[in-house]
Amino acid sequence: MCTYQTTTLGMEGSGKGAEGWFAVTDATVYFDHPVHARAEHTLNIDLINPSRGAGARVAMELDPQSARALAEAILQTLATAPPGLLDTTAAG
Amino acid sequence: MSHDMRAETVTITGHGGDGIEAYLAQPLDGEPAGGVVVIHHMPGYDEGTKEITRKFAAHGYLAICPNLYTREAPGASPDDAAAAARALGGVPDERLVGDVAGAAAHLRTFPASNGKVATIGYCSGGRQSFLAACSLELDAAVDCYGAFVTRPTPEGFPLSFGPIIDLTPNLSCPLLGLFGVEDQYPSPEEVAELEQALTEAGKEFDFHSYEGAGHAFFATDRPSYRPEAANDGWQRIWEFFGRKLATA
Repeated sequence: MCTYQTTTLGMEGSGKGAEGWFAVTDATVYFDHPVHARAEHTLNIDLINPSRGAGARVAMELDPQSARALAEAILQTLATAPPGLLDTTAAG
Repeated sequence: MSHDMRAETVTITGHGGDGIEAYLAQPLDGEPAGGVVVIHHMPGYDEGTKEITRKFAAHGYLAICPNLYTREAPGASPDDAAAAARALGGVPDERLVGDVAGAAAHLRTFPASNGKVATIGYCSGGRQSFLAACSLELDAAVDCYGAFVTRPTPEGFPLSFGPIIDLTPNLSCPLLGLFGVEDQYPSPEEVAELEQALTEAGKEFDFHSYEGAGHAFFATDRPSYRPEAANDGWQRIWEFFGRKLATA
């Protein structure tokens, strides 16, 4: 099935796509058909910058278990980051 | 039928007079031919959809697939274009109808055209094939597992499409529907709702739901491919178009 299900959110950071690094301004997260992964459905994440064209995209297609593990690892990493560093900006 | 063809990328006039990219495949035998507008699935104007377009030309039809994501992502790869279109909320219904109208008009300009045109769409394109057939004068339409025809997209989906079942009385042509019993979007209940609406409106339709098949059973490059369902579906498409797009 095509789920159509999509979460969109603003982002601040950078990603490396097919044409090198770019500023990431948005992300979409959806559970739907993958393009490349060998599964009927995957958890897909696109880190994008629409102002730089459709090619400014870092794409991921993860099986649900991998996606959960990644999400937990991100939260765990942030939770254990040295106190004070989380409040600094990217320029710091 | 020689199966010889010419296939190429062209620019056609779509909704609002916009120039949009399209993939055109035409038989070379010069025989009078019906036209088929192929409406790509949500993953976009990709290799699989172009292969389907060529398949219609191999069977003697003038076939064209408009790139519905041309505006969001000109020149982008199909997967990047699909991601960009998704991020922006999908293809508006009004624009889809205009793009299909442009594709159909383009096919009718060919000397070999017999004037008849059908639509066929897969996945989101299945819904759009029905939408086009309820909005334009066509000779036949095929809906391959299109969801959200009788029901709106669930609450909270940024890709929001309202139900279009109310358009059923406007359906301008016979409809062939091909579905998988194991599909959830559209579910068998949703397919039954569409059947009921077509019956009540007195429309000509022919629906087939395949056991052991879910969504996207025609997609040969995906794990969802079900050869038995796909082969039977293709046979029904050839018979349907053979009747409805025949040269008078």
